[in-house]
Amino acid sequence: MDLVLLFFIFVLAAFLGLELISKVPSQLHTPLMSGSNAISGITIVGALVATGANETGAMGMILGFLALMFATINVVGGYLVTDRMLQMFKKKDK
Amino acid sequence: MEFESIINLAYVIAATLFVFGIKMLGSAETARRGNLISGVGMLIAIVVTLLDRGILDYTWIAVGLITGALIGGVAARMVKMTSMPELVALFNGFGGLASLLVAWAEFEKIKSQGWQLYSLEMGTPSYFSSFVIYIAMLIGGITFTGSLYAYGKLSGRVSSRAQVFTGQKGINALMLIAILALGVLFTWSGDLGTADKLFIAGITLALLFGVMGVMPIGGGDMPVVISLLNSFSGLAASAAGFVIGNNVLIVAGCLVGASGLILTAIMCKAMNRTLGNVLFSGFGATSQSGGDDDDREPKAISVQDAYYVLEAASSVVFIPGYGMAVAQAQHVVKELGELLEENGAEVNFAIHPVAGRMPGHMNVLLAEADVSYDQLVEMDSINPIMPTVDVAVVIGANDVVNPAAAQDESSPIYGMPIIEAHMAKTVFILKRGQGKGFSGLVNKLFVMDNSRMIYGDAKATISEMVNELKG
Repeated sequence: MDLVLLFFIFVLAAFLGLELISKVPSQLHTPLMSGSNAISGITIVGALVATGANETGAMGMILGFLALMFATINVVGGYLVTDRMLQMFKKKDK
Repeated sequence: MEFESIINLAYVIAATLFVFGIKMLGSAETARRGNLISGVGMLIAIVVTLLDRGILDYTWIAVGLITGALIGGVAARMVKMTSMPELVALFNGFGGLASLLVAWAEFEKIKSQGWQLYSLEMGTPSYFSSFVIYIAMLIGGITFTGSLYAYGKLSGRVSSRAQVFTGQKGINALMLIAILALGVLFTWSGDLGTADKLFIAGITLALLFGVMGVMPIGGGDMPVVISLLNSFSGLAASAAGFVIGNNVLIVAGCLVGASGLILTAIMCKAMNRTLGNVLFSGFGATSQSGGDDDDREPKAISVQDAYYVLEAASSVVFIPGYGMAVAQAQHVVKELGELLEENGAEVNFAIHPVAGRMPGHMNVLLAEADVSYDQLVEMDSINPIMPTVDVAVVIGANDVVNPAAAQDESSPIYGMPIIEAHMAKTVFILKRGQGKGFSGLVNKLFVMDNSRMIYGDAKATISEMVNELKG
């Protein structure tokens, strides 16, 4: 894996993120936060590999399993609660 | 096409869906679909990872996924909207913990394989792997305990006041130096036995530092802390991406890191304070005085009399604060608003960016109560029309309507943008007692000639008004 390439991706993503989010109206700050929080559960990908691959040793697998459980709570809970909140944001017809 | 390429292609699709999802979260019409799209991205990333040939045993994966999904699902269903800040803090913490554990598991892998084999497989020099493992552990650990402590403060399990003691800054500075020193040693230590000890010491310090960092921050500054921890949880995931060399973690984590950082900046700006001031000053730990030469007494008014004023008003603005969340008054407030509208008044809700305990807290509560979101007006839009408003009803808000912030240069909150409730023709302030706000300041709004206090539980007071209007 080319390290410079990884940093390149990181920097581009940072600028993209700053650009995307600077225009969000304040009324949506809470769902934005919990929705992006769910995305940060992407660590689940690392946890899956650590849990399933036997090469990590027993300790590594236990840590991977715990990581997987917490990341799953983060992902599932985060998406569901965001959806629950957004469902309430309605414009009434008058 | 190679199998490896297909997996990476799927990760690119997942990352793209995250970008689109976040973009769509930016507008109320598309937000729900945006969240769904980013969820689909997550699902793709998970499914593709499960196809990875490195995974040999699916038993524990199934157990972990099902347990986590059950806990997360139940928590998301059961939580009350008023408790949303706690839950978001808790989920944040779990994300941080997961990143710490992934970094730790990777380190265990190195220990069982030895550096030579590991570096060969990853194609990265050993010092780079150690460095990013340490960073992912560090950010994840601070996020975890910091969020847990914030959760405790928000849910009232521990005191939400800022906790300060002498030498606190010194201790924190020493801890930070120790953490950095351990990191340097860990990165350059060739011997795995020594590295193991350094790593454990690093984890301990990171976890402790999370608690110490949140300690001097009071309840009213929580919107900043939650935003910052949100940013950290993303950066931790990104660091974990560097650890396992996975682009989708780097991109997704970095997007979250950036979004959290922007929210943090917005919150700081809304309080006219720097991030450093919020994090280190221990604001609200002690009662502050300042420019307090006004000895006028606040004037109270009965609910009955307030009702007559409201009935005659042709424009009413509600200004909710954390007190509305505590009193769970959002539903009756909405009912009162509707009745006033039927009565011919124009009704709006003025929302300060830092009202409540997390960014957008008030908006979520009022949305829950079914208030149409076009009635929720931001500070900058409501202030110019405030002088034309007949009645401004302040519900459990304090510092965000304190005119001292605009007028009194000696005030600690001078310069903080406020909702100019004092410009309205009449101001009603619903308040539980005569206590001070989060900043510990006397609120000049309360003693102004056009202000009237209505003491008591906000929910009970408003219910009474609703009954008067109905009867």
